[in-house]
Amino acid sequence: MSTVAAPSEEVDLALVGLRGLNARLHALALAPGPTRWRILNPGGEHAIAAGLDADVEIDIEGHVGYYCAGMNKRATVRVHGMCGVGVAENMMSGVVLVEGNASAAAGATGRGGLLVIRGDAAGRCGISMKGIDIVVGGSVGHMSAFMAQKGRLVVCGDAGDGLGDSLYEARLYVRGEVAGLGADCVEKEMRPEHEAELRELLERAGMEPLDGFRRYGSARSLYHFHKDNAGSY
Amino acid sequence: MCGIVGLFSKTPQMGARLGSHLGAMVSQMAERGPDSAGVAIYRDPVVAGATKICLFSEDPHYRWGALCDEMRVALGCEGEPEVRVSHALIVVDSDATVAQEWLREHHPELRVMSAGEAIEIYKEMGPPQDFVTRFALDEISGTHALGHTRMATESRVTTEHSHPFSTGLDLCLVHNGSLSNHNRLRIELRRAGIRFGTDNDTEVAAGYLTWRLREGSSIEQALESCLSALDGFYTFAVGTRDGFAVLRDPFACKPAVLAETDDWVAMASEYRAIAILPDAADATVWEPAPGEVYSWRREAVLAL
Repeated sequence: MSTVAAPSEEVDLALVGLRGLNARLHALALAPGPTRWRILNPGGEHAIAAGLDADVEIDIEGHVGYYCAGMNKRATVRVHGMCGVGVAENMMSGVVLVEGNASAAAGATGRGGLLVIRGDAAGRCGISMKGIDIVVGGSVGHMSAFMAQKGRLVVCGDAGDGLGDSLYEARLYVRGEVAGLGADCVEKEMRPEHEAELRELLERAGMEPLDGFRRYGSARSLYHFHKDNAGSY
Repeated sequence: MCGIVGLFSKTPQMGARLGSHLGAMVSQMAERGPDSAGVAIYRDPVVAGATKICLFSEDPHYRWGALCDEMRVALGCEGEPEVRVSHALIVVDSDATVAQEWLREHHPELRVMSAGEAIEIYKEMGPPQDFVTRFALDEISGTHALGHTRMATESRVTTEHSHPFSTGLDLCLVHNGSLSNHNRLRIELRRAGIRFGTDNDTEVAAGYLTWRLREGSSIEQALESCLSALDGFYTFAVGTRDGFAVLRDPFACKPAVLAETDDWVAMASEYRAIAILPDAADATVWEPAPGEVYSWRREAVLAL
């Protein structure tokens, strides 16, 4: 299942435990070590490979719990399974790839890097994103990109209700149906530069080129509080 | 925070080890709810006309044998009580309503945890792992079951405040979340004749379902009407005689994950409670959408 070519460090999470694994991964920020890792038996544990700061590639062979690869910096983390709440939350840089579905708040508050979810992401995907790029092969749930400030969210499937509510300068691309737009989120024209950035994002995510996307962004009417808008917040 | 688990077996092999798997799932959710734990297990349905009653007494030396003798005369009763820590399971040869009325009148010191053809509810205070061991869940087989671990946020920690709550014959409810309109709703439901034993919010949701079902709704319809009647956060799992159903509030504030293989269907607050089931790595795993009722029934599975 792993795509790793060179021999990699194998760690059985059931044997070493979460703290045992994460301590070894955190040590890579201070001193060089193996650059390829395979994590076996993740068993839905929370915070697997959270807080990395190293140029390493990590393959997790199974389903994971909450906050997997949270706060990630530089590392490439591939989850060969499903993710619980908050995968890659507050990511700074690097790549996190989920082969299965992701639960709520995927990529929440992320500041940089690329999060790819091949399956569906549940509600609040990209909530308060601040520069992260998120590419979802399937659909996203309700309240996705809520208060999104910066970065791009690409959804190849459908988006749930309240998409982009109260968003700032993040750009949203959705190919399927949008159940409903949130306050101050509007559809915008797809110009050539948007087509180009979409192509580039899909390519970086390892997905086939697709067309038929629509772009959504902020109408910028709720940026500054005005008493006439009080009902819209 | 609380933990919910549900397990539905599709094969006799899985059913034979249901209690052991359920115990492992409940233990995995111990950190989500260290105050108390409880389970509802569906097994060994009694013949028509008879009723299984699961009773709880605060008295650790309660004389269940004497009670059973009394019930034998008053209601007709087969065999001896099956005592499990503070609970006892008694099968009576009478209608559930008659048996419950008799118990309320003659033994108000006892609490009926569950009544029906197949359901058995056991719940107790203390760490979930202790509950699993003390109640010897390992030795119980069955068709399907729900479990709960409680971290109390809005009412006292007692056995009666623990989940599951019975919502009628062979029905029960477990809940993760909190309801904000339960006081008003409790008053209205009391007027409609629904009885409440605690000030707990979940018991009101259970009472609401009991009322809707009494008024003729199906379990699916009753759950759908929760979306407008209940204000608050919830992931519910409801046990029925033939299966279970799951509902999350429209905001999906509280977690839930579903998984299915050829041998079982499971739900849990977190995947790690499912990870310990056989062949979990190959299961289809997904998150239930907000405001949608998911249900499984035994007939549907057997008809496959």
